[in-house]
Amino acid sequence: MSTATIAGIPVELDGEGFMTDASQWTREIAEEIARDNGIDPLTPRHWEVIEFCRKDNEERGTPPTVRRITKGTGVQTKEIYQLFPKGPGILSSKISGLTKPKGCI
Amino acid sequence: MATTMEKETTMVADKATPDTGGQLHSEAEPEVARRVAIICSKGSLDMAYPGLIMANAARMMGMDAMIFFTFWGLDIVTKGKVDKLHADMLGNPSSPMPHSIMGLPGMEALATKMMKKKIEDLDIPDIPELLEILDDAGADLYSCQLAMEMFDLEADDLVPQVKESLTAMDFWEKADGAQVVFI
Repeated sequence: MSTATIAGIPVELDGEGFMTDASQWTREIAEEIARDNGIDPLTPRHWEVIEFCRKDNEERGTPPTVRRITKGTGVQTKEIYQLFPKGPGILSSKISGLTKPKGCI
Repeated sequence: MATTMEKETTMVADKATPDTGGQLHSEAEPEVARRVAIICSKGSLDMAYPGLIMANAARMMGMDAMIFFTFWGLDIVTKGKVDKLHADMLGNPSSPMPHSIMGLPGMEALATKMMKKKIEDLDIPDIPELLEILDDAGADLYSCQLAMEMFDLEADDLVPQVKESLTAMDFWEKADGAQVVFI
């Protein structure tokens, strides 16, 4: 656990760089984490995924897995890998300011 | 030669200079994509899922993933068999029931049905869908050339997600730098 400043805002991160407090997240933070992971800019399709992740996490208390995102957003598997080439399972949550997803699918 | 080496050393040192602006990650290490090569050699349901799920998880993390289907593992990608994989409890020390009972007619079908039900309840895709997901996710699926010859299988007998058949030596070429898992 460490504190880092992202987009000028101090946030808590776990050892793998996931934010531990989703309420500290802002859209600017998402943009900066995305840039740091080679995604620039975030497109409306990225935002659809991010908004779904945030909402689903709020409702269920846990970040969604890739399968849940593809089922819930209409963003198909192929596209989600184009949106997050370095790993949608990790980056969807990281950019959304959520913890690491717990599911395997 | 010495000059070249010196130059290389300097280049490495340059790359290793930490990016002081990056607050999320250390930029010191050059990024090398992790790779995994999974060999699926068994065709039962309980042997198919681990390989496919592990490969999919690797892709979800941004790792490169390939699967090599050989021997009975070819059943996982053979048309007409891919959707009929079974969970065989015979010979499995973890079988919840004695083997004398598991060997009775209908028991194997029952075990398969129970496992499939559980898989469905957990919203885990069935094997044909999982193969599609893997393909869409960019995992590379290969069949074993020798095993195909043994079982008289042609490329057309396999699901379309299988890219090509490989010899054992082709496999090692493709698996260069990967962590190899045998199932």
